[in-house]
Amino acid sequence: MHDHFQNNDLFEVGGKKLTSRLFIGTGKYASDRIIPEVCDSSESCVITVALRRVDFNSTTDNVMQHIPPHMQLMPNTSGARTAEEAIRIARLAKAVGCGNWIKIEVITDNRYLLPDGYETVKATEILVQEGFEVFPYINPDLYVARDLVKAGAAAIMPLGAPIGTNRGLRTEEMINILIEEIDIPIIIDAGIGKPSHACQAMEAGADACLVNTAIATSENPILMGKAFAQAINAGRTAFLSGQAVTSKLASMSSPLTGFIR
Amino acid sequence: MGFFDEYKKYKEINIKACIESINEDLVNRAIHKNRLFIDDFAALISIAALPYLEQMAQKAHDIKRHYFGNTIHLFTPMYLSNFCNNHCLYCGFKHDLQILRYQMSFDEVEKEAQEIAKTGLKHILILTGDAPSKASMAYLKSCCNILKRYFSSISIEIYALEANDYKSLIDSGVDGLTIYQETYNETVYKELHPKGPKSNYHFRLDAPQRGAIAGMRNVNIGALLGLDDWQVEIFFLALHAKWLEHQYPQTEISISLPRMRPYDGCYDIKNSVSDRDMLQMIVAIRIFLPRCGITISTRESESFRNNILKLGITKISAGSTTAVGGHTMGDNQNNQFEISDTRSVDEMVAYLEKVHIQPLFKDWERF
Repeated sequence: MHDHFQNNDLFEVGGKKLTSRLFIGTGKYASDRIIPEVCDSSESCVITVALRRVDFNSTTDNVMQHIPPHMQLMPNTSGARTAEEAIRIARLAKAVGCGNWIKIEVITDNRYLLPDGYETVKATEILVQEGFEVFPYINPDLYVARDLVKAGAAAIMPLGAPIGTNRGLRTEEMINILIEEIDIPIIIDAGIGKPSHACQAMEAGADACLVNTAIATSENPILMGKAFAQAINAGRTAFLSGQAVTSKLASMSSPLTGFIR
Repeated sequence: MGFFDEYKKYKEINIKACIESINEDLVNRAIHKNRLFIDDFAALISIAALPYLEQMAQKAHDIKRHYFGNTIHLFTPMYLSNFCNNHCLYCGFKHDLQILRYQMSFDEVEKEAQEIAKTGLKHILILTGDAPSKASMAYLKSCCNILKRYFSSISIEIYALEANDYKSLIDSGVDGLTIYQETYNETVYKELHPKGPKSNYHFRLDAPQRGAIAGMRNVNIGALLGLDDWQVEIFFLALHAKWLEHQYPQTEISISLPRMRPYDGCYDIKNSVSDRDMLQMIVAIRIFLPRCGITISTRESESFRNNILKLGITKISAGSTTAVGGHTMGDNQNNQFEISDTRSVDEMVAYLEKVHIQPLFKDWERF
């Protein structure tokens, strides 16, 4: 029964059906040669790549060579400081054969690396029109999220904590609001430092998590990838099993006050 | 409003005496804080912090790993011209020195670029002396037009410019500005730069800000360690970086820590800086400014560079030469200073891979 449940719990996003709710990254590894093994152990099927770091002319080592062909590529616009830059990077990604998924990162503050909501919405509006499946990285802001839904984003990617801090779901309350209010997939991105953080996000009802730093900079990225896969499955299963009982909006049977009816 | 307004607040204070008066309690508190102020930074560079160096190094290592991962960016300098109207007492290219003066032709720049590009490097730092009649804006722009065919990122380390000139170089493909104040001590600055365009302390001090205003993606500042007391220099350098980060959040601010090296004419280094001092300032900067890049050049020895790679450094040069046309024109040119770590790019890459650090060749391109 349990297996049946999980096997039918495919994650549909960006026109694809995914068997894993863990998205991984390519940055910060001591060596890119470990990436295929991390893809295996994490069972992830989506991987994000910073286009600015890819040298498509390189005859030597290139991160793209290490990404197994079955992985869904999600190029990102890291380094972009305006909507226009993000759009140019996205178009280049498509032109060099990275597909039509694009993760929008527009960051105008280099200290905290917090996303710029206004520029992100502008880029999303244009790229959706051009046929991209757009995955915007955002602060968990309800109004920005609604604008992105309106613009046609494939999902939203709110941050749990600032990039690279590994501090966990510091924005939990705001993310809970998005989970309740936003009808497109919610992928928690940034800040997840441990498998238990990812589990917590999934248990709360997030659709998926993107984890890079915590895997790439761990002592054993292969094992850590596996730990995240397990944590995400556990959190997802808990969410599915407890959904009816814990939802804040579910109509309870009023065990304490039912007597006055 | 420029950095000098911030600098003035501290100018009448005896910073050295303040740093000397710091006790271990203050150091301990600074190490464990999440948000540090400049007085916390002063504690980290004090003598009282020495018993805590290992603890600071551990923290710096963790911060580096979280924010930058197990990676190091590689770049190399390219000297275009060594004509110079300045009289910097410590420099191997100063105006009065009887050395061979040369400026590469565009053909030579192209050949040099091809030679460097063969190593796989994608980030180039171009340098000239301060002689706008030779290495003019038009010359620099033409060089950039050649170089951008070979390199995805071009930084400049040249004489201080006005913002509109920085803008015009950005339009020609430049994305990074490196400019060292050399010394933040105004009196020492005047002694060391007695005449020539660089003798204007304020014009130089404001150059990083002008670069940020013009739209440079990266602004890299530094003090030439050895000219004045290192603790005071690093205090103002960190203050400057923090101020720039705050004023220009869009700009990536980074710090270089060039320690003085001998050159052909030799300059008596009055305030020598030890390896331990270098280590202390690197980890202190990493803790105080977690996102700030830190660059260490081949001025430092192979063994020293190997040991500090994991402690907060984000960028290193490799395969360097400090002579004009040093990659293609043989050894007949004078060097600005002596290089210590002489490893080639391949050797550097092999070493980094051995110690499980990924060498990054490319971090940006003109999209």
